[in-house]
Amino acid sequence: MTEKFEPLIIGFTCNWCSYRAADLAGISREKYPPNVRLMRLMCSGRLDPMFVLKALAGGADGVLITGCHPGECHYLEQNYKALRRYKLLQKMLAQFGIEPERVKLVWASAAEGVRLAREITKMVEEIRALGPLDWSDSVLSNGNGSSPALVSESKVSAQEVNA
Amino acid sequence: MSKNGKPKFGMYWASSCGGCEISVLNIGEKILDVDAVFDVVFWPVAADFKYEDVRNYPDGYIDLCLFNGAIRNSENEEMARLVRKKSKVLVAFGSCAYEGCIPALSNFTTKEATYRAVYLDNPSTDNPDGVLPQEITQVPEGELEIPTFYNTVKALDQVVPVDYYIPGCPPEPPQIWAVLEAVVAALTQGADLPPAGSIIGATQVAVCEECPLEKHEKTIDRFYRPYEKQPEPGLCLLEQGIICMGPATVGGCGALCPQVGMGCRGCYGPLPGVEDQGARMLTALASVIDVGKIGDDEAKLDRELDEIMDTIVDPAGTFYRFSMSHSILHRARVSGNGQKKGEA
Repeated sequence: MTEKFEPLIIGFTCNWCSYRAADLAGISREKYPPNVRLMRLMCSGRLDPMFVLKALAGGADGVLITGCHPGECHYLEQNYKALRRYKLLQKMLAQFGIEPERVKLVWASAAEGVRLAREITKMVEEIRALGPLDWSDSVLSNGNGSSPALVSESKVSAQEVNA
Repeated sequence: MSKNGKPKFGMYWASSCGGCEISVLNIGEKILDVDAVFDVVFWPVAADFKYEDVRNYPDGYIDLCLFNGAIRNSENEEMARLVRKKSKVLVAFGSCAYEGCIPALSNFTTKEATYRAVYLDNPSTDNPDGVLPQEITQVPEGELEIPTFYNTVKALDQVVPVDYYIPGCPPEPPQIWAVLEAVVAALTQGADLPPAGSIIGATQVAVCEECPLEKHEKTIDRFYRPYEKQPEPGLCLLEQGIICMGPATVGGCGALCPQVGMGCRGCYGPLPGVEDQGARMLTALASVIDVGKIGDDEAKLDRELDEIMDTIVDPAGTFYRFSMSHSILHRARVSGNGQKKGEA
């Protein structure tokens, strides 16, 4: 590959804080790299770890999880659940050979547009330094015997994520 | 169907321990009924048929073929393709064929590291010359060939189309019998078979639903490995901090393990609609942790959470003990020397 590697990051935002922080970053003309695709959830507590696995298996190079600061959750304490899941997920992902930098949890209130933009910029650079994850092509197809079905299936989901 | 009117039965084992075969024999004297109803045409563990015999059968000759074991090497894959061609109904029998099971835990490492552990580093192995299996070996009589050992273990349906799945490690005898009965009814009396792709022998709800242990709200501040704690009888194991896969595992087994003080291992696989059993278990487990209250200092919370996470040894191996091949990530990202990028 001669093209410069552009990381693809899937970002999950909370309707009540970080989504609005991203909005505020836009309104304030705060710049952050276009590598992150933000998705809005009602709460970081809605984040099923499966979403993260799916994003990584489907072609994302990293996943950014964002939510309200502890104590400020719209649903009282669901962000605590998100934090516990994140901690356990990080431990599990290490066993899968996925660097901790690839999955990040950032708290950002609705007023912290600048902070969110900076965190996104930082994460994009960190992942750029790590290089592509490329799960379906470089991990699944590596020495896997003849398995066209498995590989092609993963490619379909990679397209879905890119679309 | 053969000239004597009996449906033809086959059973094959790929990468498996043999437990599935034993569970078939565990249906007890009903095995005589199986023999009375079916004409066994292929069953390496019980009858002397050769691969060549199967190759010579016409396509679709075997009415019902139970396939246990995962796809670990080229022989497993070749036989999966062969019996698929020769069978009308192919059943992924047991957890290995269904979703990878214990053999698929080696997807957390590489072929090279597995060879090293088995043939070189194992304390009971005496192999001073460091001989490793070679696919091709020259001997005076000519060339010997053994199957190719794959880097990644796959489930049966990742190699060939599968009609039905029977979960379990091993499947429970009453369910095996129920499945055989259903197939016999379909073959002899024209009854309807379950829809293709069905998981047979499992319920639609979690193991917890059929587990008689008493359950309360779960508030856990540390986890215990089975040897670290004598469980209090009659009380939910997860509530006592013993990891039990019940909340993330589909029922059908009758909750046998929790009732004798061993947390559910997860062998019946995920609940309907769940794509990744491990992720579901991770969610369930993280939800019952009772650390961190509103107003806590963040650094303290961080430390307390790290401490409790340290009591969950080997989360990936625990949550994906049976479902690694069917998991979303399918294998770990490991370099040839067994090093993982995420691990310190």
